[in-house]
Amino acid sequence: MDIKRIIESLSPNERKIIPYLEEDVNNICKKTNLDKTSVKRSLEYLKNKKIIELISKKENIVNVGVNGALYKKKGLPERRLLNLLNEKRIVSLDKAKKESGLSNDEFKVSIGVLKHKAMVELKRGNLILNASKEEISKKMLEEILLEILPIKYEELTSEQMYALKNLQKRKNIVEIKPKKTTEIKLTEIGRKIVESKLKNMNLLEQITPEILKDEKLWRGKKFRRYDITSQVPAIYGGKRHFVNQAIDYGRKVWLEMGFKEMTGTLVQNSFWNFDALFTAQDHPVREIHDTFFINKKGKLPDKKIVDSVKKAHEQGTRGSKGWGYKWNEDEARKLVLRTHTTCLSAQTLAKLKDKDLPAKFFSIGINFRNETVDWNHGFELLQTDGIVVDENANFRNLLGYLKQFAKKMGFEKIRFRPAYFPYTEPSVEGDVWDEERKEWVEYLAAGMFRPEVTEPLLGKSIPVLAWGPGFGRMLMKLFDIKDIRDLYKNDLTQLRKIKFLIK
Amino acid sequence: MANIKIPRKLFEKEIGKLDERMQNKIAMFGTTLEEFNDREIELEIFPNRPDLLSYQGFKRSFLSFIGKKTGMKKYKINPPEKDYKIIIDSSVKNIRPYTACAIVRKLKFDDEKIKEIIDIQEKLHLTLGRKRKKFGIGIYPLEKIKLPITYKAMEPDKIKFVPLESEKEMSGFQILQRHPTGRKYAHLLAGKTKFPIFIDDKKQIMSMPPIINSQLTGKINEKTKDVFIECSGFDFNLLKKCINIIVTTLADMGGKIYQMDIKYSKKERTPDMTSEKMKLSLENAKKILGIELTSRQAGKLLEKMGYNYKKEIVEIPPWRTDILHEIDLIEDLAIAYGYENFDPEIPNVATIGEESKEEIIKRKISEILTGLGMIETSSYHLTTKESMMKMGLNGKQEKDLIEVEESKTEYSILRKNLAHILLRIFSENKDSEYPQRIFEIGTVFGLNEDDITEKENLSIAITPGNFTDLKQIVDYLFKMLGIDIEIKEPYKFPSYFIEGRVAEIYLDDQSIGSFGEVHPKILKNWKIRTPVALLEIAIEKIFDKLN
Repeated sequence: MDIKRIIESLSPNERKIIPYLEEDVNNICKKTNLDKTSVKRSLEYLKNKKIIELISKKENIVNVGVNGALYKKKGLPERRLLNLLNEKRIVSLDKAKKESGLSNDEFKVSIGVLKHKAMVELKRGNLILNASKEEISKKMLEEILLEILPIKYEELTSEQMYALKNLQKRKNIVEIKPKKTTEIKLTEIGRKIVESKLKNMNLLEQITPEILKDEKLWRGKKFRRYDITSQVPAIYGGKRHFVNQAIDYGRKVWLEMGFKEMTGTLVQNSFWNFDALFTAQDHPVREIHDTFFINKKGKLPDKKIVDSVKKAHEQGTRGSKGWGYKWNEDEARKLVLRTHTTCLSAQTLAKLKDKDLPAKFFSIGINFRNETVDWNHGFELLQTDGIVVDENANFRNLLGYLKQFAKKMGFEKIRFRPAYFPYTEPSVEGDVWDEERKEWVEYLAAGMFRPEVTEPLLGKSIPVLAWGPGFGRMLMKLFDIKDIRDLYKNDLTQLRKIKFLIK
Repeated sequence: MANIKIPRKLFEKEIGKLDERMQNKIAMFGTTLEEFNDREIELEIFPNRPDLLSYQGFKRSFLSFIGKKTGMKKYKINPPEKDYKIIIDSSVKNIRPYTACAIVRKLKFDDEKIKEIIDIQEKLHLTLGRKRKKFGIGIYPLEKIKLPITYKAMEPDKIKFVPLESEKEMSGFQILQRHPTGRKYAHLLAGKTKFPIFIDDKKQIMSMPPIINSQLTGKINEKTKDVFIECSGFDFNLLKKCINIIVTTLADMGGKIYQMDIKYSKKERTPDMTSEKMKLSLENAKKILGIELTSRQAGKLLEKMGYNYKKEIVEIPPWRTDILHEIDLIEDLAIAYGYENFDPEIPNVATIGEESKEEIIKRKISEILTGLGMIETSSYHLTTKESMMKMGLNGKQEKDLIEVEESKTEYSILRKNLAHILLRIFSENKDSEYPQRIFEIGTVFGLNEDDITEKENLSIAITPGNFTDLKQIVDYLFKMLGIDIEIKEPYKFPSYFIEGRVAEIYLDDQSIGSFGEVHPKILKNWKIRTPVALLEIAIEKIFDKLN
């Protein structure tokens, strides 16, 4: 290691400290006139520069407690009692207590201690002194200990230890507290630097506007070297929520594929959410256990559309048998929190004119499900939906779009298998390959809208390709989130630290 | 979703080895292989195929799909023998008008088969029967019954029999009140003055559909050889299909199917195995699927799916309930063709992508605010009543909260503002570094008379922060958007602000919201110990202005 380079990197505080490295922290503070925090920080830096080693030690310090501090001044209670007896030799208990000025407890303890040391006797309510002058004048072990406190526990002699044990039995006379101390040890390099007797090298510290103003102040001077490896405090910038970053990414994928965005309300009437999508009114998804209902009725669209949806359910559209039950308008007016963004696709179809075809639309948004919440389930789910309305579209085209969409979302390997949804036929599930878990994972629910859906909405049966991938799973994968509840937790520390989506 | 479990040994003996190829076949047939181990295979059956809800039903269709025993399976149906009759009393007309029935004889039951029968009965109840709402199925040991049988309705207190899993005789009412199954399905008979029953020629009550059978005459065991089956409900066509699903399953187990005569005003005879015929145009199939098939090829494929086919006419098995339209046949054609065999193709149709204008503006607002170092949050649209109340709502505001029905969590209120959510975030992030400067853009809900309204709001919250800090942000935001606003003494403002430290923002002489310092009483509700400045505005006017 180049000693010169190290010396050039020393900050002013470090320079101040170096001459006193063989002393302890408190002394360094005194001699350098620096506060303890600055000294400690500088010592850390010196350690990083391999000038010193810091050996931290944990010691237990024996010190006086609240009562101990008092006794240190006034003397231990047993000493005060002994002094009284030294004058009178024999005293009645009552009198001894009164004249000694001790509290009940102190008095009892004192008698106990002195009896134990065989210095007094108790006879017929009288205290009798039983010790010689020398014995009395000699300091008791407890007194000696008390005087020398504080002391390191590890350095106690056996006599001191004995005294400590005795005092510990009594209230708040002594206490033992752990204390961390740091010992500074010069390294080989450090020793050389200390010996080199740092001469005033006149290094430039922070560059200030004043220095820059006057060329003389910097020309030909050396700049103090920084430790470029040392840690700096973290800073965090403003950021969009990661879910919204992912939504923007999803939106970009759809736009690149030539799709137009559809938006709509979160509260929908059952008509758009279910009936227009040929979901029979007694379908289990329309039960309160699965779907959030609001105890209000919405408004239905044009009578023409309502009537043809009703007909599709009751007796079917052209060539269809329908579900064959009595369709109830009131049921269709029940408000729900939308269970899928597919309801927006239905609304879009109803507005579409012949001249708009072929057309492609997408939506991205929140859907709701009446669910309990755990790591894998939530009551709000992000979904995206796409439709292609094209007189010439067919099933092969659907698979083509699905493949392209999955690829753009980062899934190279996809397989198609039959599926069932009330409003599509044929239906297909696009599974993507999860390389980590080595298994197929459901990803793209898709199909071609049934004639019972398209005819009432479009006025005729035109092929509509539709798919609605869940967004949540991809999102969790992108941001390495394991618990679905973390998506909307708004833990600011997490939000500050989470990576940007680079896509 | 209903699943079926098949013993693996049985599957491998009667269908084939469950290797990777077979697993793939199962998926490509449209049944999801949920789980499997050495002992058992679990398959998910989609709700449109109740005929697959038993092992027998699955085996029949799947063997055909993999090319063994293709075409529609024929069952021998024996005409009714003497007394194989059901008399329909007119009393059921307004209660539960129809029943379809059958007798199956020469069965050899064992524990496994009884389990399968009870299983399919329960699964049909749950799926096709919509938890017995549309129909109830009963299966009875024939030797305990004296034919003919009468289907009628009686006053509930006059109905007396020992229901299944019970020792005591109970009345119709008592069953609904005391018997566990009765309690579970009591709602299906609620409000009826008479309850339907099946009663035999010896006047023994056999069951009270769709609730429960009699312990004495309505319980099959491994000694049962011959059974009477009924399916009662409202839609005779559906009941017939349901009976067909059950009797074909029992026939696959080795039973002999016998019809019964049912005397409505018109005489009916069930099971009715007349198969429906539907036209399948190859032209339509080509248009939908994008593949060209000869009549011969189409025939082969449809036979794999268990149909018979001749010259664009498809004969549909009488146990299929899901064929509403030609399109359903076309899907089966595609399944038989194999989804894996389609060549995906994107047509060359040029359309131009277009993003919602509102989304663009929302994103720009976010960019401006993140540029100031703020963090965007994103929260649930449902909130808790407790946190709305922490904003200090008055009685009317509390009454106006929009609640969803029977939420499974405490989140049951549609959020009326974003402000309370940002304060909640502060209260939950007291350990995170300060200053905290956050914002959120999202939908909030309101009531306009009886209509629910939705609008997009922006809320900003900073802590520690004061009025001036926030006003700087407001000034910057609107300057960057290029919109002139006026900041005025508020005409009215939310009660969570401190009077005199709150301002209203006007755009084209219309208030779009307010901002200011939050009152300590509100901060106390949230246990927030740093001063908060808060803003909430509607951004619809901004959309209008920028569009």
